Amino acid sequence: MDAPAVFEARGLSKVYRMGEVEVYALREVDLDLFAGEFVVLLGPSGSGKSTLLNILGGLDTPTAGTVRFLDHDLTVDDDRARTRFRREHVGFVFQFYNLIPSLTALENVALVTDIAERPMDPAEALGLVGLGERVHHFPAQLSGGEQQRVAIARAIAKQPDVLLCDEPTGALDYETGLIVLQALADVNRRLGTTVAVITHNASIAGMADRVIRMRSGRITEVERNAHRLAPTELTW
Amino acid sequence: MVAGLRPLHRKVLRDLWHLRSQMAAVAVVMACGIAMFVTLRSMHGWLRGTQTQYYEAYRFADVFASARRAPASLARRIAALPGVGAVRTRVVMDVTLDLPGLDEPGTGRLVGIPEQRAPMLNDLYLRSGRWIQPGHEDEVLASEAFARANGLVPGDAIPAVLNGRWQRLRIVGIALSPEYIYEIRGLGDVFPDNRRFGVLWMGERALGAAFQMEGAFNDAALTLAPGATEADVIDGVDRLLAPYGGTGAYGRADQISDLFVSSEIEETEITSVLIPTIFLAVTAFLLNMVLARLVATQRDQIAILKAFGYGSPAIAVHYLQLALGPVVLGAGAGSGLGIWLAAALARVYARFYQFPVAEYTQDWRVVAQALLVAGGAALVGALGAVLRAVRLPPAEAMRPEAPASYRAGIVERLGFQRWVPAAERIILRNIERRPLRALLAAAGIALATAIVMTGWFMFDAIDVMKQIQFESVQRYDAMVVFDLPRSARAGWDLVHLDGVRRVEPFRVVPVRLRRGPLTKRTALLGLAPGSELQRLVDRDGAVRQVPPRGLLVSDVLASQLGAAVGDTVTVEVLEGKRPVRTVIVAAVSRDIIGSSATMSLEALHALLGEGGTLSGAYLALDQRKAPAVYRALKETPAVSGVVVREAVMRGFEDTIAESFWISISMMVVFACIIAAGIVYNGARVALSERGRELASLRVLGFFRGEVTRLLLGEQVLLTLGGLPGGFLLGYFLAWLVAYRFESDLFRIPLVIRQTTIVYSLAVVLGAALLSALAVRRRIHRLDLIAVLKTRE
Ligand SMILES: Nc1ncnc2c1ncn2[C@@H]1O[C@H](COP(=O)(O)OP(=O)(O)O)[C@@H](O)[C@H]1O
Ligand SMILES: [Mg+2]
Repeated sequence: MDAPAVFEARGLSKVYRMGEVEVYALREVDLDLFAGEFVVLLGPSGSGKSTLLNILGGLDTPTAGTVRFLDHDLTVDDDRARTRFRREHVGFVFQFYNLIPSLTALENVALVTDIAERPMDPAEALGLVGLGERVHHFPAQLSGGEQQRVAIARAIAKQPDVLLCDEPTGALDYETGLIVLQALADVNRRLGTTVAVITHNASIAGMADRVIRMRSGRITEVERNAHRLAPTELTW
Repeated sequence: MVAGLRPLHRKVLRDLWHLRSQMAAVAVVMACGIAMFVTLRSMHGWLRGTQTQYYEAYRFADVFASARRAPASLARRIAALPGVGAVRTRVVMDVTLDLPGLDEPGTGRLVGIPEQRAPMLNDLYLRSGRWIQPGHEDEVLASEAFARANGLVPGDAIPAVLNGRWQRLRIVGIALSPEYIYEIRGLGDVFPDNRRFGVLWMGERALGAAFQMEGAFNDAALTLAPGATEADVIDGVDRLLAPYGGTGAYGRADQISDLFVSSEIEETEITSVLIPTIFLAVTAFLLNMVLARLVATQRDQIAILKAFGYGSPAIAVHYLQLALGPVVLGAGAGSGLGIWLAAALARVYARFYQFPVAEYTQDWRVVAQALLVAGGAALVGALGAVLRAVRLPPAEAMRPEAPASYRAGIVERLGFQRWVPAAERIILRNIERRPLRALLAAAGIALATAIVMTGWFMFDAIDVMKQIQFESVQRYDAMVVFDLPRSARAGWDLVHLDGVRRVEPFRVVPVRLRRGPLTKRTALLGLAPGSELQRLVDRDGAVRQVPPRGLLVSDVLASQLGAAVGDTVTVEVLEGKRPVRTVIVAAVSRDIIGSSATMSLEALHALLGEGGTLSGAYLALDQRKAPAVYRALKETPAVSGVVVREAVMRGFEDTIAESFWISISMMVVFACIIAAGIVYNGARVALSERGRELASLRVLGFFRGEVTRLLLGEQVLLTLGGLPGGFLLGYFLAWLVAYRFESDLFRIPLVIRQTTIVYSLAVVLGAALLSALAVRRRIHRLDLIAVLKTRE
C-alpha cells in the first residue's frame, strides 16, 4: 500500500478483570490502517472487534500496547485529549443509531458541525446519504435505515479522517442494510475517508480493500481483495 | 412459585443497590418526616396525658370565682348548687415582697391552705422541704419557679407587707400546683416574670388573721358534678357571690394557667399534624419520581417477566418491595431519631412546665402509627409507577420504547433557531415535550423552597412579635400597679419621684363582655389618649389611636363575640359597683399579644361612674436613677407591684420563644434536608433520563464540561422556574401557620422578611449546587461504551 498509515497499533491488549477471572478481549494485536482504505473487520461475537475499534476511536484505552493516529498518541490516559481527538478526526456509526430523539435529522447533524473545525453544510451531508428531502424530520418519523443514514451523515459531516462503524447494518433488513453500505462506500470513494466497518456478516467483506478476521482477541487473517465489489454485487 | 420468586428478590436488592443514593435521599426525607411525626405526636400525647394526670391527681378545679369578702357559710350554699361537686373556699391576697437583690417591689400571691391536711381542690405537690405546721404563722410554701428565679430555698425568709405591716415569711417547702403551672399575675399580663411574681401558700388561719378575714373567704374553686353544665354553675355562683363583691366566676377556658398550657399543647397538636404531612407528601413525591423512572427503564424486564408468566400481582409486589426498601430504612431511622428526640424534648418540657410527674415513657402506639403512616406514604408514592408496570402489555413492552416523538416548538415559532445551537435545543425540546414532568420537577423545587421559607418565617415571626410588642407596644420601663383603685393624686406622686421622666396613668377592670349568647371574660383597659408608653399596635406595625368613645377590641376577641365595628356589646364590670353598660365597638385591632379590650381613660371612667380613679401607671425612667425609683416605690404603700419591661421580655423569650424555638429549629434543619433531597433526586432522575443522550454527545466529541453544562442547564432552568412558585407556596404556608396559630395569647404576624427569601434561596441553590456537583461526578464517570451496546 502506498498510502501512509493513519493508525499504527502495536501490541494492543485489553484485559477485563471480573473478580478472580481475567477476560482477554484483545491479545497483543498489531494493526495498521491506511489513508483512504475501506476495511472490514470480521469475526464471531466476542472476538474483540468492538474493543479494538473503540480503542482506535479513542473511546477506550488498552491495558497494554500503543496506538498512534498520525502524530497523536492515543494510549495516554487523558480524557480531554481523547475527546478532542474524537471531535476532530473520528466519525462513529453504531448499531443503535444513537440519534438525539429531540432533534431533527438536520439538527442531529448540526450538533456535530457546530463544534467541528471544517464541517460541511449539514444539509449537504444529509444529501450525500440520500436524505435531502427529510432534513426536518425527527428520528421518530424516520425508518431504521433512514435513522442509520442520519447517523452516517452526522459522522461524516465534520469531514473526519476516519469513519468507524460497529455493525451499522446489524439492526437493519437486507434492503435497508444495502442502502446504508452504499452510503458508506460512497463516502469512502468521494471524500477519501478511511472507513473501518465491523460486521459478522462475511458477505460484506467483498466490498472492502482489506478484510481483517479476528478470533479470541487475535487477528487471525488479513486478506486483500483484488477488486472491490459494489454493495449491490454482494449476496448474503 | 415461591422458588420462582427468589431471583426477583435478588433483583429487588440489586435495584435498590443500583439506585442507592436516590433511595437514600428518599429514606432520609422519610426519616425526617417520621422523626417529626414521632417526636411531635409523642410530645403532644405526653403533654396532654401528663396534664390530665396532673389535674386529676392534684384535683384541679373546674370553676373559679373571686369576691371581696364572703362569709364562710356561703361555701355550703355554693356546694348545694345543682351541678357543683366539691368546693374549696380560701383567702387569696396579693402582697408586696422585698426580694433579695431586687430594688423594685415584688409581688407575692398568698393563697390559703389548710395547716394539717391537703387542700381538697388545687392540691400541691411538695417538691422539697415540708408542709407548714399549725401554730407557726409565718411559714409558707413557695412555688418552685419563683423560688428558683430568686434563689430561695427552704429556711429562707422574705419580708412582705401584710395588711400594711412588714412581716417575714419563712419558706419551709417548695411546691407545685396545677393552678399555677403558668404563673402570672393576671389582668392583661401575658408572660410570667418569676423573679417578681410568685405564689406563696400560707396557712389559712394565719392568712385569715393577718387580713381580718376570719370566717370569710374571697376566692373559691369548685368542681363540676358529672353531667353538669358549666355555664349554669357559673351563673349560680355569680348570683350567690354578687352581694359579696364577686368578680364573676369562670371556667378552665378562662383560667390563665390552663389557657396557656392548653393552647401550647394545642399548638403541638397542630404542628404534629401539619409538619409531618408536608414531609411525608414530599417523600411520596420523591418515591414516585424514582420508581416511575425505574419502571420506564425496566420496560423490557417487565415484559420478559410477564412473558415468563409472572402475573400482575407478582409484578406489583415486586415494585412495592422496591418502595419498601427506603421506607423501612427511613421509617426505622426516623422512629429511632424521633424516640430519642421526644425523650430529650420531654426533659425540656418537664422543666419548662414544672410537671411534678415528669416521667417520660414512649407511647409505642405513636411509633406504630408512624410506621403505618410511612407505609401509607410509600404506597401513595409507589402507586402510580406500580400501576404503570402492571398495565404494561407484554408485547408492547418487549419493543423498545418508540423514539419519543417531538415536534418543533417555541424556538422555531419565535424564529430563534439560528441563535440556539443544536445542543441547547435539546433542553428546550425536552421541557416542551413533557411539560408535566418539567412542571413536577419545578414543583419539587417550589416545595423545597416553600418548606425552608416556612421554617424561617416562624423564626422571623417570633422576632417580629418581640419587636412589635417590646419596641412599639410596651415602651415603658416599668408599670406600677396600685393595690386598689387610687385617685389621680397617686399618679401625681409618681411624677415627683426623682428619676421618673414620664408618667401615663391607666385604669383596668375585670369585665365580662357579652353579645347575645357569647361571652368573654377579659380585662378592660382605660388608656389616656395620646399614650406614648403603652400603645396599640397592629400585627403589621401600624399604630392605632384609642377611640374617643366606644371600645377597641382585638380581632380574636371580636370574633369570639361575633362582633364587628358598629355592633354593640354589653360590658359587665366585675368589680366595684359592677355597672352593666352597652358599648359600641368603635374599632377592631389586629394586635399581636393578648386579647384586649381598650377604651379611652375618660370613657372608662364615665362607664364606671367613677371620678379619675387609676389602677396604675406606666413610667419612663432615667436609667441611672431607676434603682432609686424602684426603692422609693417599694416604700410606697399604695404600690402593690412593679412590672419591668425587660423582665416581661425575658418572660416572652423563655416561654413562647423557647418552646417554639425547639420545634422551629427542628423544622428548619429538616426542611433543608428535604430541599436537598428533592433537588438531588430531580437531578439524578434527569441524569438517568438523559444519560444515553449525554453519552452519545460525549462519543461525538463533546467535552465533559459541555455535556455537564447541558444537563445542569436544564436543571437550572427548572430550578429558576420553580423558585417563584416556591415563594408563593411559602407565603401560603406561612399564612396557613399564622392563621392556624391564632390564640388568645398571641397571633403570629405574617411577615416575610427579605432575609427569609434570601435564606430559602441560599438553601435551595446550595442544595442544587451540591446535587450538581454529585451529578457532575457521575457525568464524568458515564460509561460511554456500555451506552452504545444497548438500544434505546
Ligand atoms: N465491560 C466489559 N467487561 C467485561 N468483559 C467485557 C467488557 N466488554 C467486553 N468484554 C469482553 O471482551 C470480549 C470482547 O468483546 P467485544 O469487543 O465486544 O467483542 P465483539 O465486538 O467482537 O463481539 C468479550 O469476551 C466480552 O465478553
Ligand atoms: Mg461488538
